[in-house]
Amino acid sequence: MAKSIEVSDLNIYYGSFLAVEGVTLPIAARSVTALIGPSGCGKSTFLRSLNRMHEVIPGARVTGKIIIDGRDLYDSDVDPVEVRRNIGMVFQRPNPFPTMTISENVIAGVRLNGKRISKPDAAELVERSLRGANLWEEVKDRLNKPGGSLSGGQQQRLCIARAIAVEPQVLLMDEPCSALDPISTSAVEDLIHELKENYTIAIVTHNMQQASRVSDTTAFFNIAGVGSPGRLIEYGTTTKMFSNPDNPATEAYISGRFG
Amino acid sequence: MAHAAGPGTRPDDLDIEALERQLHSPRLPRFATPALGTVGIALAALLYLGLGQGLAVSIVVGWLVFVVGLFVMSRLVEGSRKSRDRLATSLVTSAFVVALLPLASLLWQVISKGAPVVSSTFLSASMRNVVGEGGGIYHAIFGTLLVTGMATVLSVPIGLLTAIYLVEYGTGRLSRSITFLVDVMTGIPSIVAGLFAYALFAIFFGEGVRMGLGGAVALSVLMIPLVVRSGEEILKLVPADLREASYALGVPKWRTIAKIVLPTALAGIVTGVTIATARVIGETAPLLIICGSTDSTNFNLFGGRIMTLPVYIYGQYKNPGIPPEFSVDRAWGAAFVLTVIVMLLSLIARLVSHFFSPKKA
Repeated sequence: MAKSIEVSDLNIYYGSFLAVEGVTLPIAARSVTALIGPSGCGKSTFLRSLNRMHEVIPGARVTGKIIIDGRDLYDSDVDPVEVRRNIGMVFQRPNPFPTMTISENVIAGVRLNGKRISKPDAAELVERSLRGANLWEEVKDRLNKPGGSLSGGQQQRLCIARAIAVEPQVLLMDEPCSALDPISTSAVEDLIHELKENYTIAIVTHNMQQASRVSDTTAFFNIAGVGSPGRLIEYGTTTKMFSNPDNPATEAYISGRFG
Repeated sequence: MAHAAGPGTRPDDLDIEALERQLHSPRLPRFATPALGTVGIALAALLYLGLGQGLAVSIVVGWLVFVVGLFVMSRLVEGSRKSRDRLATSLVTSAFVVALLPLASLLWQVISKGAPVVSSTFLSASMRNVVGEGGGIYHAIFGTLLVTGMATVLSVPIGLLTAIYLVEYGTGRLSRSITFLVDVMTGIPSIVAGLFAYALFAIFFGEGVRMGLGGAVALSVLMIPLVVRSGEEILKLVPADLREASYALGVPKWRTIAKIVLPTALAGIVTGVTIATARVIGETAPLLIICGSTDSTNFNLFGGRIMTLPVYIYGQYKNPGIPPEFSVDRAWGAAFVLTVIVMLLSLIARLVSHFFSPKKA
């Protein structure tokens, strides 16, 4: 069910402002691709354009091609809602639905899409998704408590469970650990390792160690200055990027020397 | 002072006493404020009762003695910053008390004059064939509930859908002009709303029309902008995070609004609607025009005059019989019942927001 993504010559705009320019990047199936770079360089914007969440913002638009499964995501006959069903997303801040219980949160993607699901099927899906997100053991006795009653790290894993419950082909993660403590971060990283078996994962992170721990491929974005668009500087296997990158800017950023 | 004291060395000549003085400045004793307050009240009482001064003068003098006395004492003992803090605190508290006085006195008036009038007869009888003593507000209570209820039924869908449009869909000129028109509608005098409803119904039913539905329309003209405004504010409070989380699950926009945004905002929306209802339930002028006034019970919103509590109060006060006491008593009784209804609505709003708001922990 995992699919690879081919991005070519992607320009991303907010109104007339060009935020990201000329990105060409293959994202391999069943692997983790880390997007790194300084703040404001367009990593998150790029990630959001991969499941057409970018266009939720008024005036935002995209040119170029994102090919998944032989089809361009931005073809005029492609329904963005359908795209998002196949490409799930986990956000920087955990955002469980406050009106729902833990189990309702997990099956929210199914229920909200108007699909009928029988009680045993729902219970099975809840358990499978929560086990998939390494959260089952911690919450199995309080599935009817509100989702907001969990700790931050648990909420984030609940959001991951919610995202994988709709069985997407690709999972996008926008700094999923930036609000978590080291123990929760480690739990989420272990989870990413397991999810790699079945999903194509793209993750934005500011944590170099995290990028080197979880990813197979790393892409480095940079920005020339305020107001200029972000660009993809280089990409390659994580081992190569962290040991012997081609571009001096990449090496400077990864080793902590900037500019 | 020892500037050269390095790490590990003890700064011998550090002036511990000066530091102590800085950290522990003297404070007025805890009983200073109530004691001075008592002095102020006692002084006011002495001026008013003992020396025969006017009530207002006595209160102002007592108050001045308290505020200025506290300020001066604090300045002498505690220093300038703390004294200014005390001055600001007493001024703000005084303003609060002054704002509360009319409300308390109004409630006192309504309760003391209205509550004794209320009896089972008063609540279950209309004014049909009543001259002098007796009679009640049965017809007016039901008229008010029917007309206001109908106004709510008309206003909530229109107002709420407008708010959803403005927050979730509206961009550009159309949404700006709707916002502007809603602002204008908020300021419409209620009598104008009554005239509008009358003119509208006169087109269909001829001059001289009196109808409960017309009253509901007039009230909803006043109510819709309130519902739009409160709904808009509440919907804006729903975090964009939640909408994005829902979109990212592949949920269409209309379902996101119906299943995520509205449930999250439900408590606030219900509170806003209840407050808007409480606000229009006491309107008199538009109902006087379009609902008219009657002594009989009328449950039919679509035909004939229908009595409402505000119009009842106005009528009893304006045209008392001879002797007038019974009429005036009935007016106070109706005012008491109307106030109770409004308070019940506020109470319901609070309960709803307590039970429906998103659960935490």
